[in-house]
Amino acid sequence: MSEEEKTGLIGAHILLNALQQEGVDVIFGYPGGVLLPLYDALLDSPVRHVLARHEQGVVFAADGYSRVTGKVGVCLGTSGPGATNLVTGIANAFLDSIPMVVLTGQVPTSSIGSDSFQEVDIIGITMPITKHSYLVKDARDLPRIVREAFYIARTGRPGPVLIDLPKDVLAAENVIPFSNEMKLKGYKVFGQANNGKIEEVVKVLSESRKPVLYAGGGVVTAGAEDVLRQFIDKTSIPLVTTLMGTGSLPFEHPNSLGMVGMHGTVTANYAVDDCDLLIAVGVRFDDRVTSGIGHRFATKAKVIHIDIDPVEIRKVVKTDIQIVGDARQVITEMLEVLPAFPVPQVTEWWNQLHDWKANHTLEYDKDRLTPQMVIQCLGEVAGGETIVTTDVGQHQMWAAQYYPAVNPRNYATSCGLGVMGYGLPSAIGAQIARPNEKVVVITGDGSFQMSIQELGTIAQNQLPIKIVLLNNGVLGMVRQMQKMFYAERYSQISLQGSPDFVKVAEAYGIHGIHVNSLEQVRGAFEEAFSHPGPVLVEIAISENENVLPMVPPGKLITEMIVR
Amino acid sequence: MLHTLAVLVENNPGVLIRVAGLFTRRGYNIDSLTVCQTEDPELSRMTIVVNGDDQIIEQVRNQLSKLVVVHSVSDYTGECVVDRELALIRVQVSSETRSAVLQTVDIFRGRVVDMGRTNLTVELTGDIPKIDAFVHAIQPYGLMELVRTGKVAILRSEA
Repeated sequence: MSEEEKTGLIGAHILLNALQQEGVDVIFGYPGGVLLPLYDALLDSPVRHVLARHEQGVVFAADGYSRVTGKVGVCLGTSGPGATNLVTGIANAFLDSIPMVVLTGQVPTSSIGSDSFQEVDIIGITMPITKHSYLVKDARDLPRIVREAFYIARTGRPGPVLIDLPKDVLAAENVIPFSNEMKLKGYKVFGQANNGKIEEVVKVLSESRKPVLYAGGGVVTAGAEDVLRQFIDKTSIPLVTTLMGTGSLPFEHPNSLGMVGMHGTVTANYAVDDCDLLIAVGVRFDDRVTSGIGHRFATKAKVIHIDIDPVEIRKVVKTDIQIVGDARQVITEMLEVLPAFPVPQVTEWWNQLHDWKANHTLEYDKDRLTPQMVIQCLGEVAGGETIVTTDVGQHQMWAAQYYPAVNPRNYATSCGLGVMGYGLPSAIGAQIARPNEKVVVITGDGSFQMSIQELGTIAQNQLPIKIVLLNNGVLGMVRQMQKMFYAERYSQISLQGSPDFVKVAEAYGIHGIHVNSLEQVRGAFEEAFSHPGPVLVEIAISENENVLPMVPPGKLITEMIVR
Repeated sequence: MLHTLAVLVENNPGVLIRVAGLFTRRGYNIDSLTVCQTEDPELSRMTIVVNGDDQIIEQVRNQLSKLVVVHSVSDYTGECVVDRELALIRVQVSSETRSAVLQTVDIFRGRVVDMGRTNLTVELTGDIPKIDAFVHAIQPYGLMELVRTGKVAILRSEA
């Protein structure tokens, strides 16, 4: 090699440069042996690295970062256990269509396949839960691979893309990279040429008397909230949302009927069951909505399905009109066509909906400390614009029912996979992404203990996250189901042995507040939000609280348990 | 019903497992799958025979199309195609049956490609029913081993 060819750049430099080209400002990661060349190069790179306390925290932080920005989140773990610890978070991002680039270390190419120390076939393990993956064999390919990975992650239906990085590729010396020109002949982004169908949908809508709009994560991904709102205001159509669609229409908007499905509102579920036209946008008729009985879902309705992923069309529910496309683009086109058709006559339908709304409001006892009251009070103190992340369980559903979210980019929760332990690290990602905004985690004592070590990350980075911990001493959602469907035979739901959470927080240098009466709740939240640093507010609630309404598994969405 | 899918994929390691994994994971049944490089060394052609109703086949096609390594998916079912399968069949023979077996091979236009003292190996090309018919015809003599490639197919030229 001649003098001119000694670039002084190792593979890790090429990787970091390529990441910068993609606009990456932060990587959530955890180091390890095979990543040493990369961690050495990071010392001289402007790309920020945030160290979590477990690789699962790393990937959830990248997920939270992505949900609150719409950008591609980036996480990094070492080979073997580092990579396998990322798996749950990759699955989570895959099921909720979150754009993410996952970097994993790998043993040197010459050792691959020999069961060497900290070696796993992470490409093989993650094949069903990644949109695509790469094993880098030549450092010169890194610019192209990184560019392709980001492009695939964020376009079409987004998802996680994994890049496996053998140590020798990261350490390769004097790399003269190949062009970063993408070679993606096989990759297709769908969503053009729906001419004719748009008019058909608007015509069907204009003739409908009981229409319902059913919106989910696809609306959020497309950034279609504003056009969705215009469409709703112009047509007076009521809206039901999935958990993924939380906030796509402000909570208080009169056309919002709330969440649909298993723990949805009575009105939303009745409306979907009784409507004559269901316009589904960016949803996949998940079994938490349809009870897994797609053929008995919205049976009186003509069903229109708008989704960017052709695979979702006719997967669960037989539909009458299908449009493959980006939600924002399709709704915008519908708005353009709208004036050519009469406004749908929905006055009677709204009378019916108001009737249901009036008779089936979400209710709880006002004279004692209840989780519903806690969430409602939190919403009043924090405001709808605060970034909320939640964990998984009863508190997640109470948050969905009572938190007055107004912006879907300010709401992050694990939907498809339902991962306990998601809330705290995703709040870390959200706070790093938007350092000047209020971030609050709503969690439970079960979920919290699955990521409790991330308090260290919060303390190290002095992130002013407010943690609202609803402590009932049990795995509440499991308990609720054992209570309702297993004759109150409680099995393995007690979390006796949990620590004093306020003391745990204090051990990390985080301010802790304990609440055990109705009167203390508001004051505790006010104190938390006036405190400049992180705060944990632990609230003792009864283990007897249930999330209602509830559609029992396998039942129609009209067969709700209401009280 | 059986559908024949012609799938153009990137000619890279790991592509087969992506396609095969998709079938396992989604619970689709592969009847046969053949794969080899095409006239373009960067591409391989998979011919996949899959069983399912129209809704399943639509899902299979869409799921395959979604893979980044898949360039195109065509369903040859109902199209004008030439399709062939190659089989190698080892049949037991004795001095009494040898001539009858050879006659059967002849009728099916097979070729004997190897011969032992008590058996012979037949090479047979044809569409699937023809190979099935041969196997059926030869069975009484003693079918020892059967190796089939699975179907490959190509569209007939238009003119």
